[in-house]
Amino acid sequence: MAAGFKTAEPLEYHRSFLRENCRPDGRELSEFRTTTLNIGSISTADGSALVKIGNTTVICGIKAELANPTVEAPGKGYIVPNVDLPPLCSSRFRPGPPGEQAQAASQFVADVIESSELIQTEDLCIERGKLCWVLYCDLMCLDYDGNLLDACIMALLSALKNTQLPEVTINTETGSPEVNFKKRHELRIHKHPVATSFCIFDESILIVDPTSDEESLVTAQLTVVTDDEGRLCSVYKPGGTSVSGEKLQQCINQATARQREIQKLINKVISSVKTAQ
Amino acid sequence: MTQSSCDALHFFRGGGMMEVCGSSTVSLREFGCEQSLLSRPDGSASFTQGDTSVLAGVYGPAEVKVSKEIYDRATLEVLVQPKVGLPSVRERLQEQCVRETCEASLLLSLHPRSSLTLILQVLHDDGSLLSCFLNAACMALMDAGLPMSCLFCAVTCAIDTDGQITTDPTAAQEKESRALMTFAIDSTERKVLMSSTKGSFSVSELQQCIAVSQKASEKIFQFYRDSVRRRYSKIL
Repeated sequence: MAAGFKTAEPLEYHRSFLRENCRPDGRELSEFRTTTLNIGSISTADGSALVKIGNTTVICGIKAELANPTVEAPGKGYIVPNVDLPPLCSSRFRPGPPGEQAQAASQFVADVIESSELIQTEDLCIERGKLCWVLYCDLMCLDYDGNLLDACIMALLSALKNTQLPEVTINTETGSPEVNFKKRHELRIHKHPVATSFCIFDESILIVDPTSDEESLVTAQLTVVTDDEGRLCSVYKPGGTSVSGEKLQQCINQATARQREIQKLINKVISSVKTAQ
Repeated sequence: MTQSSCDALHFFRGGGMMEVCGSSTVSLREFGCEQSLLSRPDGSASFTQGDTSVLAGVYGPAEVKVSKEIYDRATLEVLVQPKVGLPSVRERLQEQCVRETCEASLLLSLHPRSSLTLILQVLHDDGSLLSCFLNAACMALMDAGLPMSCLFCAVTCAIDTDGQITTDPTAAQEKESRALMTFAIDSTERKVLMSSTKGSFSVSELQQCIAVSQKASEKIFQFYRDSVRRRYSKIL
């Protein structure tokens, strides 16, 4: 009976739960789904992480390559994020070139990397004007159940913290780079940005960490990215119904609390990975 | 909670409208608009803010592709065309922002199973491009005579290294800025419809920028009103 009601009247189905201050999956309005983190899941990558927020699963692999720095920024390396939403993860995605949502997510991740300065791109430079590192960050969604951006940012941050770059020396005689794979060092991560997504249901009810069903029914979405100092790196609201000042403040407060939780989780997993080695 | 966000909460309690901080001035570049300048689209407008200029055209409501059909409302498609080259990933994000803002203000359920297409052509970019897109889009939708629940306008704010807020920055000011924010404000409640930011900033800076944008939006809405009044006074 309930299943039929959900299919026929999805909006009314969700409303009947929200009226009782809970959600169809048993959560409260401001409750996050269980977040699971696995670091170093891909042994062949330079850094990797797998994040699960409820059913949503995102895996991030980092590949470091040597390249020439750009002429405009000779003392800097670069980071290239790419979000992939394959048809595997949800029926809403079709095979072929990346759709609008995947492209928008890639650009969002790139903007967060730039805004938060989580890595100083100067650190990726090996020799000014000649050689630098390029970090290709491939984020792939394996299971899409809403809240893609939170999972992507978290997977990216954890994978970057796990990244070990080999030492590179430039041979003075031949001028060619020599890579010493045995000697690796960690990347310096300056900031810990964490994204927290919110949805506005029926123009007034604020819910966190939306599922895919909820995302398709809400009137507005909002993503707040905060770093460890409590500064905002991004307040991204692509449109939808308007949000009042008090609601926005409520979101920011929850995002700061979430940032602390996630940073604690990442540090815990990183240290457990280190002791295992 | 940090000290700064405590102050911020107090800032917000004032009600709908927020106070504008005395140190920042609201100055916009010269802006201009021309409606119905193209013959083929159902609605068109060009919007200029200083040297930034955007041309917008709206087609619809028209027939929709079966794959994009939505049974209870119209499908809105936004296409951003850069001055040179093909649209890239950056344009996709801008398209998403414009589309979802327009979707919120248009009464799309009045035209089920039909399509609306909004094309935004960059003529010149000298900063505050996203806000110019949104302003041009609103004027073009108005020109097309599409039913809307409210109008909207957008304001870009730049915070420089001294913490000074500049509204409607030029490309040079954008480059020097520490943080850049664009807000779309609706005409009925003066609330934030869209927000897109770059760079890091504190909570109180965000609130100041929102307040400044709300103040600046008054000017733009007044301009909308004046330009439409001028236009229809000629026709009638």
